[in-house]
Parts: sequence; structure tokens; C-alpha cells
Amino acid sequence: MDSAVDIHRLHFAFTITFHYLFPQLTMGLALLIVVLKSLALWKRDDSYNKAARFWGRLFAINFAMGVVTGIPMEFQFGTNWAAFSKSAGGIIGQTLAMEGVFSFFLESSFLGLFLYGEKRLGPKLHWLSAFLVFLGSWLSGYFIVATNAWMQHPVGYEIGTAGELLLTSVRELLLNPWLLWQYPHTMIASVVTASFVMSGLGAFYLLMQQHEAYGRLFVRVGVVAGMAATLLMVFPTGDGQGRMVAQHQPVTLAAMEGLFEKAEGAPLALVGQPDMERLRLDNPILIPNVLSFLTYRRWTAEVKGLNDFPRDAWPDNIPLLYYSYHIMVGLGTIFIAIMVLSGFLLWRRRLYSNRALLWTLMLAVPFPYIANIAGWMTAELGRQPWLIYGLMRTIEGASPQVSAGNGLFTLLGFMGLYALLGMLFVLLVIREVAHGPEAATVEKQSSGPYSRPVRAQRGIR
Amino acid sequence: MELLWFCLATAMIVGYVILDGFDLGAGIVQLLVAKEENERAQVLRSIGPVWDGNEVWLLAAGGALFLAFPILYASSFSGFYLALMIVLWLLILRGIAIEFRNHIDNPLWIPAWDTVFGGASAVLALVFGVALGNVVRGVPLDANGYFFLPLWTNLLPDADAGVIDWYTLLVGATAFVALAVHGSLWVVIKTAGRLQEATRASCAKFWWGLLVITLLISPLSFAIQPNLWKRFTSHPWGIVFPALALAGLVGVRVFSVQRKDKAAFLASSLYLAGMLASVAFGVFPNVLPSNTAPDFSLTIYNAAAAEHGLMIALWWFIPGMVLAIAYSIFTYRHFAGKVDGDETEGEL
Repeated sequence: MDSAVDIHRLHFAFTITFHYLFPQLTMGLALLIVVLKSLALWKRDDSYNKAARFWGRLFAINFAMGVVTGIPMEFQFGTNWAAFSKSAGGIIGQTLAMEGVFSFFLESSFLGLFLYGEKRLGPKLHWLSAFLVFLGSWLSGYFIVATNAWMQHPVGYEIGTAGELLLTSVRELLLNPWLLWQYPHTMIASVVTASFVMSGLGAFYLLMQQHEAYGRLFVRVGVVAGMAATLLMVFPTGDGQGRMVAQHQPVTLAAMEGLFEKAEGAPLALVGQPDMERLRLDNPILIPNVLSFLTYRRWTAEVKGLNDFPRDAWPDNIPLLYYSYHIMVGLGTIFIAIMVLSGFLLWRRRLYSNRALLWTLMLAVPFPYIANIAGWMTAELGRQPWLIYGLMRTIEGASPQVSAGNGLFTLLGFMGLYALLGMLFVLLVIREVAHGPEAATVEKQSSGPYSRPVRAQRGIR
Repeated sequence: MELLWFCLATAMIVGYVILDGFDLGAGIVQLLVAKEENERAQVLRSIGPVWDGNEVWLLAAGGALFLAFPILYASSFSGFYLALMIVLWLLILRGIAIEFRNHIDNPLWIPAWDTVFGGASAVLALVFGVALGNVVRGVPLDANGYFFLPLWTNLLPDADAGVIDWYTLLVGATAFVALAVHGSLWVVIKTAGRLQEATRASCAKFWWGLLVITLLISPLSFAIQPNLWKRFTSHPWGIVFPALALAGLVGVRVFSVQRKDKAAFLASSLYLAGMLASVAFGVFPNVLPSNTAPDFSLTIYNAAAAEHGLMIALWWFIPGMVLAIAYSIFTYRHFAGKVDGDETEGEL
């Protein structure tokens, strides 16, 4: 941890990991809020509006955290990864600028209207403002995942005379085949987080015997969305993403699976610990032939192992990559079990009284966050040792003039600041949860976001 | 094509400074003028629904620089590393202060966030000015187009200068006073009563300060950066930019005295645009001059992305910004009018 490039990697990893705790909820929640607003219009039932208002408040806190922790992300390409930005800026600058121009303006304009304009806008325009916030956040996701997909699988470029990368086709950049799997996989993962949070909070209210009508509503909407999302997570999106990796980054696949030796009919490792000294998987529990089938749709297809690739092409932290991938997949499987079982009991009208499952839903809330982060770690560690796969190594991309000492200074600064933000965030979320959905009345238009009446009103209950 | 993107990027930065400038300035008003909690709340409410949209201009301007001048983006962001990281921390604290202040009604919570908001706004205004000062003075670029500046060295604007020296600090002070005027004019438009009168009075004082410091900084800039003199003598039409700034400055005073507040705000915007355009015109074709080896200066030609990318980006950037400006106008109209003077508790 003493070289500048290691500090820059940790700097980016830390700031993006903290940042992604927030957008992964808001993107999925934006969709669920549109669902709630649509149900309110369709069933003419105001409790859905109240639910949308309550989730709008939690959305606003998360959105604010996402905005302030997101600004450093765009800047860090220039500050910490100047050589990368200099070479690839003409390409990834396009998608990053598109995000600003097409989605941030949309989100920031309509979120204000969604949160504070309900009375003046009327139900249909208010639905529209919720929809535009959803559209803005999902567009934002598209441009960011497009940027990452290009780093995973560069397309639409040529190499210039000074070795810089030149854009040849913006169409290829925006329709990158890697992106077409990575985007739905990422967005559905965000719906998984949002549905676990919604059903988990509903379960909490039911178990506490508070706000029970809303508790049932949250569990119902969360479980139905969660069932769909957890299944789509694996198939087709997870499957498609995996085959992309197998096709374009075969050494990454071998590392993710802990497969050291080439095998015909390669097994899938459920459990095991990569031993990088002896180059084997310790204590493995294997399912024969499954990896070959998942990768090539043939039970006996040949899958290459790590030993088929030169050492300098191996990802540089194979154990962490292997664990990240296995944590993601393992949790994803458990999520399906929880959501499908909950969905079945919901259908049989026994879910609201099943304390064991309500407890499970409530305690499950942190795990989709872990799965999302583990998934991104799989993508990013799996891309190593490349910064742009096959074109630029990570070690070549850092800012040549920024020393390890300066990098460590700002990394520690971010750690301190984010520790504070994290505590404030938890404090505010706990307060909103304690106030509950009944306190979520329409905010007075003229006073806008910064009014005392809202606070005074909340104090009444 | 590079010239067109230079103009677009300058326009984006001008847009950012005019828009986020008034809410940074409102922070200065909050720090120095608004005394009671009720007044501080009014200042915040005057920018509440729009500050986030204003800050998006920073991201969009950054994006425009990244895609059009990636070499400038890489060089300047890594070279001003520490200063930029401090800007990020201030932006984070300021955003959180605005968004979290009203969540808890508590006599410690609210004043604490008011101080964070005011303090962060004031320091940001100063730091953005210091950054502009660095662009005028130049930085020690090497043959690969990189540099690294410590925050300060001997405080002299020579070859060993850090980010902060007496000249850049003076530009920082100019930005602080200019945004104090700009923000005051916004608060005057959006409020009534004692706060409005107090802000009017302090705005008049800030104006005199701005007049003095503008007259001071202009000749100093010509002394620090010889390219300015060359540009304005070889292309005399460029004088129109400082003339606009001067007209804006005079306009602020004239309209303020007549209590034409919206006109005064527009005049202040004209002043900011004129000053920034003067700098852009004066350093052109450089975008980041070298103060050690003029040949290593980054220009719009050697810092730009390839032609094809610049051409493609025009096709989506301009319509995208037209759309963005349309939403902004919609939001501003929706939240038009004055914020309440005194709010009654419990009214809903």
C-alpha cells in the first residue's frame, strides 16, 4: 500500500463504494415510486399517494447523499487518473458529459417538483414528475454503465498517432454488446435493493404493530417487485453477463470460478478457498460439468483454467475476486428463495401473519447492498490488470504527478468526511422511519422545501 | 471546431458562475447579513429548489471540458489536485447543509448547518477565484503537459508559485466580492422586510469594494500575463468584453439605486460574464499557459480531442442543453415569487 497507484486505486474504490450505497437504492426506488403513483391513479386510492410521499422523503435523503458523493466521481478521473483521462477522455468524456446534460438536469428539475409541487401540479402532472425523475435516474445509470462497459470491452475507437484513443463511432459506444447485458443486470440489481428495503420496512412496521396498513402495502409491493427482480437478476441478465465475461475475458472467468486447470466438463465451485501459493482451490465443494454448461451450453465443453494464461494477464487479486463473485451469486440465490417463498405466502394470504418470514424480510435489508457492491467488485477486480481491457494497464493510468503522500492525505480526508455523512444519514433515516407514513402530508407549496410547518406538523403525532 | 468548443465550454462556465454564483453569494449573505434564524431560513428558501440544478452546471461544464479538451482536463485536475479535493469537500458539506438543515428542529442542529452552509459558500467563492487567477498567471507545465502545484509556497506569483500567491488570492477576493454582490441582488429579489433592506445596504457596500478591486486587479493581470496585452492590442475588438463587464458594474449601481432589482441582477450577471469572457479572450489560444516554458502551454489545439468526437458531440450537446435550459426555466417559473417573510407555525 505504499505505491501511488495503490493509493489511487483505494481512493477510487473507497469513494465509489460509499457513493454506490445511495444510487443503488434511488434508481430502484424511483421505479417503485412510479408504481405507487400509478396504483394511486388506477385504484383511486389515496393511501398509495401517501406511501409515495413517505418513500419520496426517504428518496430525497438518499438522493442528496448520492449527489454530494457523486460529484467527486467525475472529478477523480482527472485528479487521480490523469493519464487515463488524457488518453481516453475523448471517448468516456462523451458518456460522462451526456449524463450531466441529459439526466442530471432532468432529475434535479423534476425532483423539486415531485417533492414540493404535489398540490399545484395535480395528480397527473405529479405522476409525470415522478416518472421523469425515474427516467432521469435510469438514463444516468445508462451513461455510467456505458462508460464502464467501454472500459471492460472497448469498442468504436481507433488508436491515434500519439497512442491516444480516438472515438470512431458513438453508436457503437452506446450500443456496446457488453453494455446491453451489464445495464439491465445493474438496474435490476438496484430494483432488488429497493424491493428488499421496501418489504423490509413493511415487515418492521408489521412486527412492531405500527402503521400496519402501510406495512402490508410496503410488503406487498416490495415482494411482488422483488420476486420479479430477483429472478431476472439470474436469468437472463446474470447469465448473459457471465457469457460476456466468458467470451471476452476468459482469464477473468477462470479466476472468478477458482479454476486453475483447464477442464472438459468443468465443475462449478460452490465453496472453496483459492490458494495462490499452491495454485489450487482448497476444500472445494464442486458440482460437476455445470460451469461448462453455463458457459457454453454443453456439459462437456472445454473451459480454460488460469494456468492456460500467462501470469501477467491474471487479475492481481484473485482471492478477493473469487470471494466477491461467490458472495454475489450466493446472496442472489438466497434472495430468490426469500422472495419466491414470500410471494407464495402472499398469494395464500398467510404472509402478514408469518412472523418468521417477516423477520427474515426485515433482517435481509443489508444484504442486497452487499451483493451489489460484491457484483461491482467482481466487475472491477475482474478487469485487472487492465484499466481499459486489452488497451491500457491500470498501472499506466494514474496521475504521474500526484504522489502517494498527497493521495493518502485526501483518501483519509474522504474517509473522515464520509464517516460523518454515514452517521448523519443513519440518524435521519431512523427519524423518518419513526415518524412513519401517516406523517407524510402534502407539503405547503408556497413555503417550499425549507418550511417550518412541515417540521411542526411532524412534531404533533 | 476547437474554437467552437472553446466558446461552448466558456459559455458553460459562464452559465455555472452566474447560476451557482448567486447561491454561493446567498451563502455569503447568510454568513454576513442574515442575523436571525428566521432570516437565515429565508435565504435558504430563496435558493432551495434551484441550487441543485445550478450545481449541475458545474458537472455539465466539467463534462464538456472532459470530452472536448481531455488533455486540459487531465493536466489541470491532477495539477490542482489538493485545491480541487478541498473544493469537493466544501461542495459536499455545503450540499448536505442545505438538504439536511430542516430535517431536525433543534437549537443546535440548525445553527450548525447554517454556519457550514455560509462558511463553505464563502470559501468556495474565494477558491473559484483563486483557480481563475491560476489560469491567468499560468502553471509550470512540463513537456508531457503535466504539473503539480502545492497549495502555497512563498506566496509570490513567480515560477515557484503554489496555487495560492498574492495575485491569485486577490483574484479570489474579487470573486468573493463579486459573488457577494450577485448573491445579495438575488436575495433582494426573493425576500421582503428587514432582511431585504439589510441586504440592500450591504450590497451597496460590497459594490464599492467590487469597484475598487476590479480597478486594481485589471492592470495587475496585464502585468502578470503578457499574453493579455498582445491579444487586446492585436485584436482590439476584444475590448468589447471588458466594456461589457464595466457596463454591468455601472448598471448594478444605477439599477440598485432605482430599486430595479431584477435589472440590477441581470447587470451583475453581465459583469460576471464580461469578466470571464475577457479572461477567455485574453489567454486565447491558450487554455492553460505555462509560466516556466511558454512552448509547453496547453492551447485549444494541442489539448483538444479528435475532430470526429467533437463533431459528433455537437449533435447531442447543443440540443441537450436547450432541453436542460427549458426544464430550468420551468422550475424557476414554478418557484417564482418571494419566499414568505414570516411563516406561522403549524399552518398547513
